[in-house]
Amino acid sequence: MRLSRSAKVILGVVTALVFLFIYVPLLLVVVNSFNADRTFGWPPQGFTLEWWGRALDSAGVREAVVSSLWVAAVSTLISLVLGTLLALALLRYKFFGRDVISLLVILPIALPGIVTGIALNNMFTTILGVSLSMWTVVIAHATFCMVTVFNNVIARLRRMQSGLEEASADLGAGVFTTFRLVTFPQLRSALLAGGLLAFALSFDEIIVTTFTIGAGDTTLPIWILQNLFRPNQAPVVNVVAVVLIVVSIVPIWLAQRLSQDSVGIGGTRVKATEG
Amino acid sequence: MALQTQHPVPGAPPARAAVPRPKAHRFSALLHRSPNLRLAGLVTAPAGWLVLVYIAALAALLITAFWTVDTFTGKVSTDWTTENIVTVLTDPVYQRITLRTLWIAIAVTLIDLVLALPMAFFIAKVASPRWQKLLVVAVLMPLWASYLVKAYAWRNVLADGGLLEWLGAPVGLESPGYGETAVILTLAYIWLPFMILPIYAGFDRVPDTLLEASGDLGAKPLATMRLVMFPLLVPSIIAGTIFTFSLSLGDYITAQIVGGTTQMLGTVVYANVGAANNLPFAAAVSLVPIAIITLYLFIVRRSGALNSL
Repeated sequence: MRLSRSAKVILGVVTALVFLFIYVPLLLVVVNSFNADRTFGWPPQGFTLEWWGRALDSAGVREAVVSSLWVAAVSTLISLVLGTLLALALLRYKFFGRDVISLLVILPIALPGIVTGIALNNMFTTILGVSLSMWTVVIAHATFCMVTVFNNVIARLRRMQSGLEEASADLGAGVFTTFRLVTFPQLRSALLAGGLLAFALSFDEIIVTTFTIGAGDTTLPIWILQNLFRPNQAPVVNVVAVVLIVVSIVPIWLAQRLSQDSVGIGGTRVKATEG
Repeated sequence: MALQTQHPVPGAPPARAAVPRPKAHRFSALLHRSPNLRLAGLVTAPAGWLVLVYIAALAALLITAFWTVDTFTGKVSTDWTTENIVTVLTDPVYQRITLRTLWIAIAVTLIDLVLALPMAFFIAKVASPRWQKLLVVAVLMPLWASYLVKAYAWRNVLADGGLLEWLGAPVGLESPGYGETAVILTLAYIWLPFMILPIYAGFDRVPDTLLEASGDLGAKPLATMRLVMFPLLVPSIIAGTIFTFSLSLGDYITAQIVGGTTQMLGTVVYANVGAANNLPFAAAVSLVPIAIITLYLFIVRRSGALNSL
């Protein structure tokens, strides 16, 4: 298919406009975090570092950051283990129910967050009678983070040749030794990429978190939501939002560099362009 | 055969340790002999987690929808009743909210489709390999910038005296303010990468040689697009719509942030879990998006879209 030059230019312009649409609102948040005016009228009348100072001083923000980091770390750890086991099982073996399980793993992210949220909330509070806490948040997050690890690992496994593992077994290495010395080193960067994505996903999650978090606890997104409608806090919320943008973009950028084969959203496997 | 335990020398290359003596490590040997045992070891924990945590929760949700809340004690009563479900389906208030939510989800999906198609095509088929790589990262990065931050960004954009008003003033356009239009705009913004990426992956999978062959046989670009590319792309497009449609159906936070008084199904669920403390009713309401999405998945199942999810 040979596109005319003008067709290419038009497509390029449309793409540039869509990128503008994607990035301008985010940049506006960044600019507003330095905006001297609390009402964020455009264009800004002056700039200040005051909100950054206040955000850094805020105990509430610090606490929320710490709990967000803890939740993200623990759920990433759980999803790394479960996602890897599942990927190994689904790729290496054919068994009854295999298709069902591969559908199950994408379900928590394909269904709206509110469904996952209320289903878990209902199970914890009504059915099991467990009180909500940071641990219920971790369980919820691990459930939907599993899929990002799973996607990265299974993509890597598909490209791996089983010859090395067979050789290792032939030479007398046990199942665990082979995994530790042969399989794991080949999976390492895929695990890191999947883990980073899982971390970012958990760190940002709001809907499922709202439904599974205990009354006294906050994560960073919860803190933002609670302070969003307080006029006095709006400038500080801007600062926190900027930090969140940076914190979530860095892992993605790293993950993209680490995993040559895929970066998944939900179940979507996107072929990263070969470098 | 002499069984010698070899202690790896510190700093020695790992290759030495990779050839352990055939020491009869019983458990490992047992696993080695039995593939079924290996499989069980791998699959039990993750499958158990998904079934016990997620499927059990979904099943419990379905059951809870048939329970009620005692209005005096506020406790859930487990008597079986279809009252909640009948209310959700027949009360005009909830019918209106369902239709509005459905309309918002469809509008968001269409907007994203219109924006994503030319862009994904440009990235996959026009841009040079170097640019292609850069542009994919540029699409991915804001995908992970928090949902909340994005909704909040639009609160800033749409605000009184905000950027949109300033941009629109010279051409006589007004900011829509906070309301249904703002919800559609913001959700379309938030879910856009979820549409671009599958469609981009779809375009990328169409071999260039196929398009060249079509051109060589005399097809104009539009004909090639319609007859060669589009049929191959349908599963990817549907995969994208599953995301944007499903994610919009369940939203309530964007509605809270930029929606003004706009109510969506999610808003009702949220209100009934929190303030009203009526989980059975919230469960009944949440069955509506589940049913709609299940129906949608059922319709598109044969297109092969589920494999490109």
